[in-house]
Amino acid sequence: MLGSGIIKGLAVTAKNFVGSYYDPARMTTVEYPEQPTVLPENYRNFPFLVSENATDPMGTLRCVACQICEKECPPQCIIIEKSKDKKPDANGKMQLYPAVFGIDTSVCMSCQICVEVCPFDAIKMDKVFEIAATDRFLDLYLNREQLAKPNTYYHQIHPEEAAEVDGRLTADRKAAEEKAKATAAAKAAAPVAAPKPADSAVAPKPASPAVKPQDEPRRLVSPKPGEGGSPLGEGGPAKSS
Amino acid sequence: MSPASDSYLERAPLELRDWLVQFLPEPLQWLAHHLITVVAVLAVFGTFFAFTTIAERKLLARLQNRLGPNRSGLPWIKGLKLWGLTQPFADAVKTLTKEDIVPATADKWLHFLAPVIVVAFSLMTFAVLPFGRNMIPVELNAALLYFFAAGAATELAIFMAGWSSRNKYSLLAAMRALAQLISYELPLILSVVPIVLVAGTLSTKAIVLTQGYWTSGFLPHWFVFTPWGLAGFLIFIVAALAESNRSPFDLPEAESELIAGHLTEYSGFKYALFFMAEYFGLTALSALGVTLFLGGWQAPCVFLEFIPSYLWFMLKLIGMIVFFIWVRGTLLRLRIDQLTRLAWKFLVPLALLNVGNAAFWVLSAHWAGPLQLVRWAVSFAVIVIPFVIMGRSLTAGFAPRTYRYAS
Amino acid sequence: MTTALILIAILLLGSAAAAMLRRNLIHSALLLIASWAGVAAFYLWAGAEFVAFAQVLIYVGAISMVVLFAVLLTRQNPVAELPAEPASRMRALTGITVAVCTAAILSAAILSSKFTPAADTAPQTSVKQIGLELMHRHGTALLIVGVILTVALLGATILAATDAKEKPEDRP
Repeated sequence: MLGSGIIKGLAVTAKNFVGSYYDPARMTTVEYPEQPTVLPENYRNFPFLVSENATDPMGTLRCVACQICEKECPPQCIIIEKSKDKKPDANGKMQLYPAVFGIDTSVCMSCQICVEVCPFDAIKMDKVFEIAATDRFLDLYLNREQLAKPNTYYHQIHPEEAAEVDGRLTADRKAAEEKAKATAAAKAAAPVAAPKPADSAVAPKPASPAVKPQDEPRRLVSPKPGEGGSPLGEGGPAKSS
Repeated sequence: MSPASDSYLERAPLELRDWLVQFLPEPLQWLAHHLITVVAVLAVFGTFFAFTTIAERKLLARLQNRLGPNRSGLPWIKGLKLWGLTQPFADAVKTLTKEDIVPATADKWLHFLAPVIVVAFSLMTFAVLPFGRNMIPVELNAALLYFFAAGAATELAIFMAGWSSRNKYSLLAAMRALAQLISYELPLILSVVPIVLVAGTLSTKAIVLTQGYWTSGFLPHWFVFTPWGLAGFLIFIVAALAESNRSPFDLPEAESELIAGHLTEYSGFKYALFFMAEYFGLTALSALGVTLFLGGWQAPCVFLEFIPSYLWFMLKLIGMIVFFIWVRGTLLRLRIDQLTRLAWKFLVPLALLNVGNAAFWVLSAHWAGPLQLVRWAVSFAVIVIPFVIMGRSLTAGFAPRTYRYAS
Repeated sequence: MTTALILIAILLLGSAAAAMLRRNLIHSALLLIASWAGVAAFYLWAGAEFVAFAQVLIYVGAISMVVLFAVLLTRQNPVAELPAEPASRMRALTGITVAVCTAAILSAAILSSKFTPAADTAPQTSVKQIGLELMHRHGTALLIVGVILTVALLGATILAATDAKEKPEDRP
């Protein structure tokens, strides 16, 4: 009969009305500021810089100021200035570091291209979405200090991805160490006549197969002990830039 | 009349008014008397409007398993939320402080006049509604006619708003509004005609008084409890929904198709006026429904008469409005052709039949004993059988839909 | 009371005159509606509240819609102003002739009709009396009016009706 559908519909909404008072599972909304939303693992909005050590974020940035991300960034929201000096990275290799690293989040479009092009896994996507500010220019421009976040934080927000990245990095590091040992041994064996071009040509080869093992345990955040104790200290003065 | 009709609470509002008036000199008393009535109606229904908006938002939210606005508390006191009940005042401040934008090519005068007219006329309808025993702003012989006459002018305002905005959507909405309102004016008035027929008067006060009897103390003689009254009430509700542009008949301001229709080019206070007028119209129509079909300010049982009549009226009014909100939270918007078809092919014939039904009811008023049963049965059949038959023809070939792609 | 009458007359005649002077058709229609409202106000002034409300309900509420619909549907561009044709002697002459003829007919009718002096107080007529009067004394006239209107309505329906086949999803 005409109208029975209307009555059925009214019954459904009446059920919703009553149910919404005693059945919290029915609720489709969360009370946001008090009740944080659970973001999906792959949620992303703005990039951040990964640093190895929470206690010394500026000294242990993975970024080597290669400026690939700056060049690739479609809206050009990344500003990088290379440092004048070098300091050892996690692998102990002497590298440049960013004297200035800034991201204008009012320009950033969260495309993740900077993350994809970074060969050092130094820039990753963050999950912080509460970025309201009173100044639309200065407050939305994030500098190096604001961008640097420790690797542990990366593990918190993207656990799976971070584990995979760490596995790869540890493997790289191991390979580098073995290579260093090998070269050291070679040097010890033939200290005088080690032809340089041959050495550099051989060097990448052992590294690439070593990438494979993925089941490496999670690496500690602390940088390699014994390497670059003093250069780390030099990260401090660079902040003045 | 029972002693309850003369209780202190019952007389309090009127006596307060008389007490205030006596302080004034003689020539001003008449004016003050009416001014106080007007101010009281404005204050009560202004507040009522404010809380209808928040009630609507909260109820709609609950009907959809949400919480609704629950944040706004009092300023300067942090942490006090008051379940968001101060939301309408925050909304008022917001709309009042917004910029008033008038399109460059708009017809400035009409654009300005439309919200003023719509509010003025929707407020005028309140003048003839009996809010309680002896509480009626203006006693008119032709009160019902006055109500519909004042209500008719709001359609014009909607047209003016739509046309003067110089916007395609607004103009389309204005056309839709005209078509809709003119279609539904007819069933609305026809649904009320049986009441006039049976009560024998157009005065709202007298209509309420004719419903003020009870069978054995607890069965009220409201018109809704008769076959023709029930049918009239249902037609009235459908037509009232359409007349007040509410879902499921909110075509003139359909957000998804017409970007709010005639309201598109309005902002700030003018928009608030339209919004206000819409709710005033809804409240007035609900109050009319209460007056005509639900016994007005009469208590449902004799022993409940100790509650003052104006509270009964308010209670029934709130009930009507909650029902309208419930309907809004449930039903989907109709298309314009479905809308007019429903009015002309279904509601108008039914309402006409209902007028005949009421005539039969009047003619058979003296039937008694077992004939009384026959009277009820006949009256019931006259309205139910055409309803079923016409409903069949209206929904013929309209099986439950099968969805191929959506599960 | 007389001041009220003068005010109502100014509203009535002023809006009617303005309706003729405006070049914008919608403005004219709205002003015409305002003058109908003035007529209702006049009825109200004369103490005929039933007629006044009926006037508002029917003219301001319903007929105005028809007028506006007609204006909106017929004109290609509802806001464009009418082209101002150059005034010619011929046109002026025609206008004056029509005006004089109308005035002559109207004044003849007014002069020939007898006005009985009105009572000091408006006669107390209730709605019920009006209804009974309509049904008893003027029953035939009412029936004829009803038949004519029904025929007009049916004619309009037939003109507007198209025999397009109804699709089931078009039904409410």
